[in-house]
Amino acid sequence: MALAHNIPFISIMITILAAVTSLLADKNRAARLCIGALTVVAFLSAILFAYLWQTGTSFTFSMGHFPAPWGNELQAGLFEALMALTFTVVMILSLVAGRERVVADIAPSRQGMYYLLCSLLTCSLLALIYTNDIFTAYVFVEINTLAACGIVAAKDTGETITATIRYLVMSLLGSGLILIAVSLLYAITGHLLMNDLLSSMTELAASGDYAMPCMVIMLFLAIGLAIKSALFPFHTWLPSAHGSATAASSAILSGIVLKGYIILLLKIFYRVFGLSFARDLRVADLLFVFGLLGMIMGSVFAVREKNLKHMLAYSSVAQVGYIFMGIGLSTDIGMVAACFHILAHAITKPLLFLAADGLMDVSGHSKNIFNMQGAARRNILAGIAFTIGALSMIGIPMFSGFVSKFYFVQGSFQNPDKMLVTLIVLALSTVLNAMYYLPVLVTLYLSNDEQSPHRHRQSANSRNYQSVMIIFILLNFILGMFYEPVIKALEQGLLMLGGAH
Amino acid sequence: MQLSSVELKLLRRFRKIYTIIAFLVSLAMAAVLLLTVFNLPAFGKAGNPAENEVIGRYIGKGLEETGAVNIVAAVILDYRAFDTLGETLVLFSALVAVIMLLKDEPGVFTRRYRERSQFEPEKDQIFRSVAALLIPCLLVFSIYIIVNGHLSAGGGFAGGAILGATFILYNIAYGIEKARRFLNEKSFLRFITAALLFYCIAKGYSFFTGGNHLPSVIPLGLPGSIFSGGLILPLNITVGIVVACVVYGAFCLFNRGGL
Repeated sequence: MALAHNIPFISIMITILAAVTSLLADKNRAARLCIGALTVVAFLSAILFAYLWQTGTSFTFSMGHFPAPWGNELQAGLFEALMALTFTVVMILSLVAGRERVVADIAPSRQGMYYLLCSLLTCSLLALIYTNDIFTAYVFVEINTLAACGIVAAKDTGETITATIRYLVMSLLGSGLILIAVSLLYAITGHLLMNDLLSSMTELAASGDYAMPCMVIMLFLAIGLAIKSALFPFHTWLPSAHGSATAASSAILSGIVLKGYIILLLKIFYRVFGLSFARDLRVADLLFVFGLLGMIMGSVFAVREKNLKHMLAYSSVAQVGYIFMGIGLSTDIGMVAACFHILAHAITKPLLFLAADGLMDVSGHSKNIFNMQGAARRNILAGIAFTIGALSMIGIPMFSGFVSKFYFVQGSFQNPDKMLVTLIVLALSTVLNAMYYLPVLVTLYLSNDEQSPHRHRQSANSRNYQSVMIIFILLNFILGMFYEPVIKALEQGLLMLGGAH
Repeated sequence: MQLSSVELKLLRRFRKIYTIIAFLVSLAMAAVLLLTVFNLPAFGKAGNPAENEVIGRYIGKGLEETGAVNIVAAVILDYRAFDTLGETLVLFSALVAVIMLLKDEPGVFTRRYRERSQFEPEKDQIFRSVAALLIPCLLVFSIYIIVNGHLSAGGGFAGGAILGATFILYNIAYGIEKARRFLNEKSFLRFITAALLFYCIAKGYSFFTGGNHLPSVIPLGLPGSIFSGGLILPLNITVGIVVACVVYGAFCLFNRGGL
């Protein structure tokens, strides 16, 4: 048994240890501990990815001396390793770039706890990615919910507190639905391990027993996870929570926390119900419809928005719609496109949130777009970063957003029933994206407003912030230009997720 | 913000419609859940899907493999210890969020405490005498439940909740100054960190050896005696400490904004 098989377990344990020990550390040490632990995890995930890429296999790791259905089990394939790598890298970059804003936004006595919650958040995301047991997934969904609410509430303003309460209530509603579904699932199959669940569900699908509970379980799981990942019409908590939090939190929440639940949903599709049964239950069609609605409505809300961070948050609603639309297409390429979009959005939205923070910095911290005239001339790097993020989200070739749209289109060709509506909505959504990003870009690059009190303000971002911006821009280029290996890894990873070893 | 009379009227109408819709949605949800429950296998019937090799091994071999008489303790702290680590972390993250949101600066806390101390029940003689009688019994009872978790019903979660409640009673009856002699902010944070670190390291060892198919050196002991069940007894104690700290800490922070 190769040493690399320990990596999922070690990654989760490192983040837990970092979280627990930072309770006693002061604020600077807690930040270093969190970022240091994440760096180690990122390295390990890269090694794991390289190892799996070479061997072309997936493996399971039993947590303890009892093998899986009795004990807990982790499972890792190319898909899991790639997601873990991306999530930890985005987490590190967001925390490094958002460091100054955290110092300014959050009271000194709370900063240690903020980084503690970030470590816990990473731990729960890694566990959601690697777990092979549906109840373990539920437990870590709870940690994820609490930690995510905590990093919104850390910036203590009236707006964040109301946003957190709304987020917490909606999120707990989702958790409740997931818990009910998990217990119903146990009642009709007697299993919690995903492999055993898959064989039981295949039998039930063939025999037609418990048809109604199966439908209810799939619906509750899909709706519960859709609430947590802000699929339209359950998105109402997202704009205020992501729009009011500190820049690093907005980047983390939009970039990766939403995706953690989508990955769990994918695992449920592939490893619990099996793709064909999930398709027979028509839940994919439901997600498809709401995904399409989300793509349009998210953008429509964003067009009306004058607050830059809220606009970006509504854009996340639209992008989550893209991902669900890809899942709902029920074609192989559609799934790959959805997974690719998870990655593309995970590296683009943090870039946009962090760049927006740099631009607000030189505009007297006003979030209103009209007060930001010429901001991109005052903070050149943030301006370039925002431009590239916006172009990527619109879907201009050479950037990552284009590749996912390209594959969404290809995926729709495989499913003639859904092809026409997908293409129309994709085109419409692209136009809408351009409708809200382009005016912002024009405002940002207009010559300085002579009346503005901020016209001589220079950017004072640290070197860390600038290097993170450059790394994000490069990542976007790399994913946009050299996407074939990533697509190949995702294709193989999804095959492994479906059970081919 | 002032609302005009038209807006107020609309708001009232919206609330009425909202209530009706909420009622209908809840009713539909209840109907769906009831229908599903009627379609499930009957609870506790022989031959249910839940009666499979998983349960069979827990019941048949649990004592032999884990050394714990209480099968529930064997399942949550040995077979599925990773889930329980997660549960403990849920409590931990909730506590951290509460500390972050509610803890006052030390100066603010002391001033507010002085202002309000005359209303505290610690001046109440009857309450204090009853508490003096109850607290020793509750302490012994909670420790009994925690350390016998692998032998009889109970364990870290149940015992820890009683222990935390005992601390709360002490805090209310004798005031925070006296409570601080054994549990101030510093020792509180140290307790909870030490407990969680122990859980991570002890179980990390067992996950690592188990995952790599290495032998574990932890002895199982003689089933039925107090020192048996391998790691279950120490883990029950750590879980008990974490639960007691979370219960007590949440009370103190919600009550007065400090420990």
